[in-house]
Amino acid sequence: MTYEDWSSFAQTWGTLYFTAIFFCALAYALWPRNGKGFRRAAQLPITEKDNGDDRPLA
Amino acid sequence: MAAAFSRERIDVSTFAVGFLMLVVLILSFSGVANAADHAFRAHAFIFLLASAIGLAGLLGWHELSERQPRFDKTFYEESIVKAGIAATMFWGIAGFLVGLIIALQLTFPTLFYFPELGWTNFGRLRPLHTSAVIFAFGGNALIATSFYVVQRTCRTRLAGGMWPWFVFWGYQLFIVIAATGYLMGVTQSKEYAEPEWYADIWLTIVWVTYLAVFVATILRRKEPHIYVANWFYLAFIVTIALLHVVNSLSIPINLAGSRSVSVFSGVQSALIQWWYGHNAVGFFLTAGFLAIMYYFIPKRIERPVWSYRLSIVHFWSLIFIYIWAGPHHLHYTALPQWAQTLGMTFSIMLWMPSWGGMINGLMTLSGAWDKLRTDPVVRMLVVSVAFYGMATFEGPVMSVREVNALSHYTDWGIGHVHSGALGWVGFVTFGALYCMTQWVWKRDRLYSNALVEWHFWIATIGIVLYITSMWVSGIMEGLMWRAYNEFGFLEYSFIETVSAKHISYIIRALGGGLYLTGALIMVYNLVRTARGDVPAGERRRSGATPAIQPAE
Repeated sequence: MTYEDWSSFAQTWGTLYFTAIFFCALAYALWPRNGKGFRRAAQLPITEKDNGDDRPLA
Repeated sequence: MAAAFSRERIDVSTFAVGFLMLVVLILSFSGVANAADHAFRAHAFIFLLASAIGLAGLLGWHELSERQPRFDKTFYEESIVKAGIAATMFWGIAGFLVGLIIALQLTFPTLFYFPELGWTNFGRLRPLHTSAVIFAFGGNALIATSFYVVQRTCRTRLAGGMWPWFVFWGYQLFIVIAATGYLMGVTQSKEYAEPEWYADIWLTIVWVTYLAVFVATILRRKEPHIYVANWFYLAFIVTIALLHVVNSLSIPINLAGSRSVSVFSGVQSALIQWWYGHNAVGFFLTAGFLAIMYYFIPKRIERPVWSYRLSIVHFWSLIFIYIWAGPHHLHYTALPQWAQTLGMTFSIMLWMPSWGGMINGLMTLSGAWDKLRTDPVVRMLVVSVAFYGMATFEGPVMSVREVNALSHYTDWGIGHVHSGALGWVGFVTFGALYCMTQWVWKRDRLYSNALVEWHFWIATIGIVLYITSMWVSGIMEGLMWRAYNEFGFLEYSFIETVSAKHISYIIRALGGGLYLTGALIMVYNLVRTARGDVPAGERRRSGATPAIQPAE
């Protein structure tokens, strides 16, 4: 493959591939059913407590 | 003796780290004996000393901890976080101080130039400053906070037994090798990747271990979900490993010498270097510190992040886009025009994830805006996010080819990186240090909130002086460089542009001095907090409140 082949591939299919996987990530983030898990995950730093003795609480 | 080496008594990770130390000891001994140049001998000696101290320390620890449960999984590992806080403060002060020194060298070149002391030259001290603040201060902050955050959000002890300590001390050794190398003139001449081949190999070993410790801790989590801060830390660790290994590919001229030749040359070398350089900004100074933002702001104000969905979109779009932005450092060079345009386009696209992340960080405060007034640590964290937004707005503007024609190689670039480094990276780190010191030393409060106020305002004024003076001098010198007279000749000689910047340089050094002063106040405050001290005036007051005297 020549330099021109590589660069034209990157400029066409590369862009489409990039866009496609970005939309996959977007779909994952916006999928309504994932909302419950996200709400729980967002609480993780706040609900984490120890009794002041450095022991992880299950 | 046989009992001492029975299976329950010997810790596998300690043994493995000890074995690695032994290998380093032997290799460095042979390095000292066969060194081809003075710098290599000095570095082999430092490795020898470090591995000997490491081995002695491991043996001593193994003896001392004979009767206690080692690496007890029912406890978090907090002592490594304490060590990380101390290292961050130490290297921070060192890095800011060297920055102030080189700022003064540029301002008063006759006062701070010592021809007989080559190692004090600007060319040697400049990489010392950049590496000290980025990799020593920033890197230690990232290692310390990541070890803290991954344990707390996964609700499990740090994995790997002795290996996290190998990461910590191995990283300090890398810093010492890099820093002493710059002073001796050892460099492979790649910006932000100056250390030579043997230091690069050592960093690779340390970094891959860091990755393994981090991943192993996540794998043993007690929570089904991996909190978004850990995603950012993971992206930072993985990408830095990749960038470092590829950009540092080189062939040593002599296996006992401090010189090597890069496997890349010409425009390929330039592109690889700025793929590395820009993603060091994107993944070290952005993704890693965004992890700090996503943990410490919600934790400090006890409210969840504004939108968890937005944080996921922020994460993926940031890592997809950042990796392509590097070519904007190579406008008007031999790099093909389409690649330059690609770098510029992706830089502009970065506006969206950057500002999405900024909005997410700031809006986490919605409903708790009063904390900005009452808690100076929260203010520090929030102002850091504001600087993140400002620097990530300015960056894409400067990546546009026509703007770059004016800004490139001028002080505007220096101003831009410092609004990101002092404002975003520095402030978010200070905020995290204030939080963590209070938390890991189990203090109800910081030694003094008033000192945090002083730190905040002194440092903020310092940043404002720094970036405004660099905008003025940068745009001025950019315009002077391109000014023509009526005959078509250049209007100004180069030295005229240099002397025109003198006032700006004085202001810049003043700003840097203020920033260093603020950091020193923080160190004093954190040391007193760790010791559990209470300000004299407040002790009296708190003593007065519960004193319910029995009636006589």
